[in-house]
Amino acid sequence: MSEYLIKNVAVLGGTPTDLLLRDGVIADPADAPADAEVIDASGLIALPGLVDLHTHLREPGREDAETVETGTRAAALGGFTAVHAMANTEPVADTAGVVEQVWRLGREAGYCDVYPVGAVTVGLDGERLAELGAMADSAARVRVFSDDGRCVSDAVLMRRALEYVKAFDGVVAQHAQEPRLTVDAQMNEGELSGRLGLAGWPAVAEEAIIARDVLLAQHVGSRLHVCHVSTSGSVELIRWAKGKGVDVTAEACPHHLLLTDELAATYDPIYKVNPPLRSAADVAALQEGLADGTIDIVATDHAPHPHEDKDCEWAAAAFGMLGLETALSIVQQTMVDPGRLDWAGVAERMSYAPARIGRVSDRHGRPVQVGEPANVVLYDPGARRTIEPSESASLSRNTPYRGMELPGRVVATFLRGKATVLDGKLA
Amino acid sequence: MKRHLLSAADLSRADAELILSTAAELRELADRPIKKLPALRGRTVVNLFFEDSTRTRISFEAAAKRLSADVINFAAKGSSLSKGESLKDTALTLEAMGADAVVVRHGASGAPHRLAHSGWVRSSVVNGGDGTHEHPTQALLDAFTMSRHLGQGQARSLDGRRIVIVGDVLHSRVARSNALLLHTLGAEVTLVAPPTLLPVGVGTWPVEVSYDLDAALPKADAVMMLRVQRERMHGGFFPTAREYSRRYGLDGKRMATLQDHTIVMHPGPMVRGMEITADVADSDRSVIVEQVTNGVAVRMAVLYLLLGGSTPAVGGEE
Ligand SMILES: [Zn+2]
Repeated sequence: MSEYLIKNVAVLGGTPTDLLLRDGVIADPADAPADAEVIDASGLIALPGLVDLHTHLREPGREDAETVETGTRAAALGGFTAVHAMANTEPVADTAGVVEQVWRLGREAGYCDVYPVGAVTVGLDGERLAELGAMADSAARVRVFSDDGRCVSDAVLMRRALEYVKAFDGVVAQHAQEPRLTVDAQMNEGELSGRLGLAGWPAVAEEAIIARDVLLAQHVGSRLHVCHVSTSGSVELIRWAKGKGVDVTAEACPHHLLLTDELAATYDPIYKVNPPLRSAADVAALQEGLADGTIDIVATDHAPHPHEDKDCEWAAAAFGMLGLETALSIVQQTMVDPGRLDWAGVAERMSYAPARIGRVSDRHGRPVQVGEPANVVLYDPGARRTIEPSESASLSRNTPYRGMELPGRVVATFLRGKATVLDGKLA
Repeated sequence: MKRHLLSAADLSRADAELILSTAAELRELADRPIKKLPALRGRTVVNLFFEDSTRTRISFEAAAKRLSADVINFAAKGSSLSKGESLKDTALTLEAMGADAVVVRHGASGAPHRLAHSGWVRSSVVNGGDGTHEHPTQALLDAFTMSRHLGQGQARSLDGRRIVIVGDVLHSRVARSNALLLHTLGAEVTLVAPPTLLPVGVGTWPVEVSYDLDAALPKADAVMMLRVQRERMHGGFFPTAREYSRRYGLDGKRMATLQDHTIVMHPGPMVRGMEITADVADSDRSVIVEQVTNGVAVRMAVLYLLLGGSTPAVGGEE
C-alpha cells in the first residue's frame, strides 16, 4: 500500500501542517520514508472522513437506480468513508441475511465502509418487529434501525422498538410522518400548495410524530434519532426535548438547508422529495438549529431514482434526490461561508457525531491526529464548480443542483490510508 | 407573446379583455347559418385527454373545427398516474404528428405546465383542466357569460361586480382559475365553503372568504355553484350530504334572497339536490346552458389568438 505524505494541509482549517498516512493510520510525518507519495495540499483543508447516517444504496432490488458499488463511489467522491445504507430495499433489510449481504457488498466495493440499517418492522409494514437482535448480532453489527421511507406510526410498536434495542445499544431512526395527515401528499402544505393544486404535506405531520417520540423516548429511557428534520417547529420540539434531557439526536439534509418549496412552482419533480422542501423560514430555522447543536448532524438522504421516475408529471414521480457528492459543498455554502459553523463544527456534524450515533466511532469519526485511523478528506474550500449531473458517479442523475455553482471540491479521500479519491477522481 | 395558456394568472387584464372581445365577435357566428371561419386552415389542434370529459373535449373540438383547423382527439384514459411515462411518450407522438396546439386535460396538477416546459413538444399548450390546479378556459367562459348578463358584453363591466363562488374550493380547478381571472378583471370575489373545503393559504388569495352562504347571497351579482364530488363525502370533509345541502346548497328559498339581476352559474356536471336544487338549476336566473354555448366561442378566441391571430394577445413574452 502507498504511503502518503500530505504537505501543508490545514487540519480543520487550522495552521498548515504535514500528515503521514501509513499502514492505515495517521503517523508522524517525521517518519516519512523517502518513497512516500507526496501530496502538496497547500490551500486545502483536512477533515475526518465523512460519515453518512442516511444513504439509499438501492441494492438489493433496484440496481437500475444504484448499486452498493456505484453508491459508495459517489460517497467517496463526496468525501465519505462510511455510509449507513437504509433498509428500504427489495427485499427489505429486515433479516440478518439481507443486512449481511449489503455489508459484504460494501466490503467488496471497497470505496467506503457500508453499515446496513435494519428495518424496525417486518417488510416496513409497521405491524410487528423485525428480528432486531439477529441483525445486531450478525456480521453487519447493525445498531441503527429504521423503517425510513415509512414512519413507525403505531405508538405501541414504536415504544417497543425503542425499548427493545436498548439490549444491544441500538437506536431507532424515525422517519417522522404521520401517515393519515399525509395521504397522497406531494409538497409542503402552505399558500403555494393551495395555489398549485398539489396535495399538502403539513409541518404538523412531522412535528406530531417527533413530539410523541421524544416523550416516548423519555418515558422508556431510550435513545431516539430523528431523520431528515425539515420544519422550524421540529427544531423547536427537539430543542425542548434536549433541554429536558431526552436522549434524542437529529439530522438535517443538505437540500433542506438550501432549497425552498418555491421550486415546486416549476412542477419539475427533480424537486420532489420526502419530507418536502419547506419555506425559507424553515430553512433558516434548520441552519440555526444545526449551528447551535440542536440538530446534531447532516445526513444526505441520498435517494437515487432512474430517469423515467422523474421525467414525468409531478404526482407520478418518485420522491428523493441525490446528495452524496454535493453535501459538503452545500454545508460550506449554507453554514461555513456565512459564518454559522467553522470546519471543526463541520467535522463534528458530518463525521464525529454521525459515527457516535451509529456506534461506529471506534473506526470512524476520529480526530485527524497521529495514531488515529487514516480516514481523511482533503478539501479545497476555495474551488468553485458547476454541477453537471452526467459527471456523477451515481447510476442516477436526479440532482436538484443541475447547473448550480457551488463552492468547494473534494480533492482526495482516504479510507484507512488507501486513496479512494485522488485529484478529485476515483483512485 | 406567451405561447401557452396554462393558468389564468398568465393573462393580463388586456389579454383577458382581448380574448373576451374576440369571443364576442366569434359568438355571433353561432347565430349564422355558416358557422365556419378559415382562420386556422392547415393547422392541427390535438385534444389530449387523460381524463374523461366529454363536454370539454367536444367544446374544444367544435371551436377548432369552426376555425377550420384539423382536429385529432387523443384519449389516453387512466394511464397516467400509475405510469408516469405515458405523458411524455404521448407528447413525443404528438410532436411527430406536427401538432400546432395541444389541449391537455390531465388528472395531475401541473401536467400541462410540464408538457409546455419539458422540451417534449414545440406546440402551444392549452390547459384544458389539470388535477386540482386550474381550468383557465372555463374561467374565461364564465367571465364571458357574466359580462353578457351583467354589462352588455363589455369585459370592463365586471369592475366592482360581486361574484360568489360556493362549494369545494379545495379540489376545484374552476375556483382557482375563476378567482385569479375575475380579480384581474376587477370583480370582487367571495369564496363560500365549509372550512374543510378551503385550501390552506386561501387568506393570501385576492378574494374574500366566508363560511356563511346566507350572508353572502344578497349582495351577489353572480353566484357560481361548484360541484361536490361524491367521494368527498367519504373523506370526512363534512358530516353528511344533507348537512352540506342545508348549509351550502342553493335552493329556491335561498334564491329568493338574490337581487333581481343576479345570475346563477354552474360549471357542470351538476349534482342536483346536492349543491343545487332542480328548481334553481332550471330557473330563469340559471345561465348554465348558455355557459356551454359561450364555451365554444371563448375556446375559438383562445385558439385563434394563440395560433392564428394577427394580433397575438394571450399573455406577454414567456
Ligand atoms: Zn425518510
